[in-house]
Amino acid sequence: MINIFEVNETNQMIERENLDVRTITMGISLLECCDSDLDALNEKIYRRITAQAKDLVATGEAIARDFGVPIVNKRISVTPIALIGGCACRKPEDFVTIAKTLDRAANDVGVNFIGGYSALVSKGMTQADENLIRSIPQALAATEKVCSSVNVGSTKTGLNMDAVRLMGEIVKETAEATKERDSLGCAKLVVFCNAPDDNPFMAGAFHGVTEADAIINVGVSGPGVVKEALKAARGQNFEVLCETIKKTAFKITRVGQLVAQEASKRLGVPFGIIDLSLAPTPAVGDSVAEILEEIGLEKVGAPGTTAALAMLNDQVKKGGVMASSYVGGLSGAFIPVSEDQGMIDAVTVGALSIEKLEAMTCVCSVGLDMIAIPGDTSASTIAGIIADEAAIGMVNQKTTAVRLIPVIGKGVGETAEFGGLLGYAPVIPVNRYSCEGFVGRGGRIPAPIHSFKN
Amino acid sequence: MNKAIITVVGKDTVGIIARVCTYLAENQVNILDISQTIVQEYFNMMMIVDVNGAEKPFEEMAGDLEKLGEDIGVRIHCQREEIFTAMHRI
Repeated sequence: MINIFEVNETNQMIERENLDVRTITMGISLLECCDSDLDALNEKIYRRITAQAKDLVATGEAIARDFGVPIVNKRISVTPIALIGGCACRKPEDFVTIAKTLDRAANDVGVNFIGGYSALVSKGMTQADENLIRSIPQALAATEKVCSSVNVGSTKTGLNMDAVRLMGEIVKETAEATKERDSLGCAKLVVFCNAPDDNPFMAGAFHGVTEADAIINVGVSGPGVVKEALKAARGQNFEVLCETIKKTAFKITRVGQLVAQEASKRLGVPFGIIDLSLAPTPAVGDSVAEILEEIGLEKVGAPGTTAALAMLNDQVKKGGVMASSYVGGLSGAFIPVSEDQGMIDAVTVGALSIEKLEAMTCVCSVGLDMIAIPGDTSASTIAGIIADEAAIGMVNQKTTAVRLIPVIGKGVGETAEFGGLLGYAPVIPVNRYSCEGFVGRGGRIPAPIHSFKN
Repeated sequence: MNKAIITVVGKDTVGIIARVCTYLAENQVNILDISQTIVQEYFNMMMIVDVNGAEKPFEEMAGDLEKLGEDIGVRIHCQREEIFTAMHRI
């Protein structure tokens, strides 16, 4: 039988170390909504989402009460809208109407984000894909809860450099379109390489076409719990350190697994995957950077950071995979700058640069995430950063992503405020030399040699 | 069996267990196990209870117990057992 020490350990994780289930994300297929009439399409999308997800928020809250563990976010991901809107949308403005429908549906069911305003263009763009991409700045400026993502490359297909160049411009336009709010629109826009179909975390969540009609994916978190556990391993060797991280990741993931199964049962929707990511929040102590510092770095960004992160990421996976049979999504450590107090501090004192962050993304689960850059950064430079990050994903057969915020009207040394879970970020310097000639070439970068496995 | 874990943490005072047990008895909740310690003058108790016979819905009981805790000046949580077994048992 469970004893008092085990009960106290669990409750201490929840109460003092910010253990929570970060999100229950319901993936909803919109394929059945396709219609060549735009109004009919919008109506079908609205009805499909509000019918499928009507109990999502209430169920999430009931589960949180029953188990006494916070479930911070309830969210929805949908089939990439470029696929759904293709037959009805003739121009970018048509797609914006769908974004507004998604926003309305999200508001009416009470979720805090809806993802899937997306296009998958890793090899080529259809006219619909391009129209959707061109509508992103307007769509994100006109909505609150809609999140957008574009997959511009994969290990199998190589990099679609036309899409990369276009996304450089779109990120810039999105920043301009939301400049009164420190270019907040860009915080809801992710550019992927090797995007997973089942990621429950925003802003990159979408419901892939390989998925069922509806599915429950759960993202667990808990950087604070790992950090506290590591205090007990101070001064010990790597074997002890790794063991501690693995055990903690196991415990955290089991909570996610329990919540996912319960949500699946109560909602009558199949369980998809657990994403066992260490996702920081701006709350003190809920920081991946602080874990790295606990491991022995004076500040994140110091030499050794990449190795420490590689080890952390791997141990989190190793502990987590035993706790759930279906692990998917991104699963690893997130390093969003604005959402992690330790990262913010490291950037502020000059310990952490965008180049070091890029190196870190080679070994962790995502990419250059929530990084504020000067508002006058050119579209081609942003495209160059996207290309670099996508190349890392392509060659290393992993997901990488770019969520940069060129903060219009602000420069290095100033701070962008996004509010809530998105936090705030000091504007970080970017290399000023041009890559115009490179990103302007057009066409594709071929898939790497090791992708030919057939 | 439908088990729940009740934890009570706070400053030690007369009658904490009595009041919690009275509430449970009135609501047909059977106590299976109690452990209790005092850590630095802080009262720390855990009960494993069977809520199968309870008439009230689980979340209402959890809410009642939380309120009772506020009256006594301690924190009372009532959680389903599965979260602990999931985390601590393979």
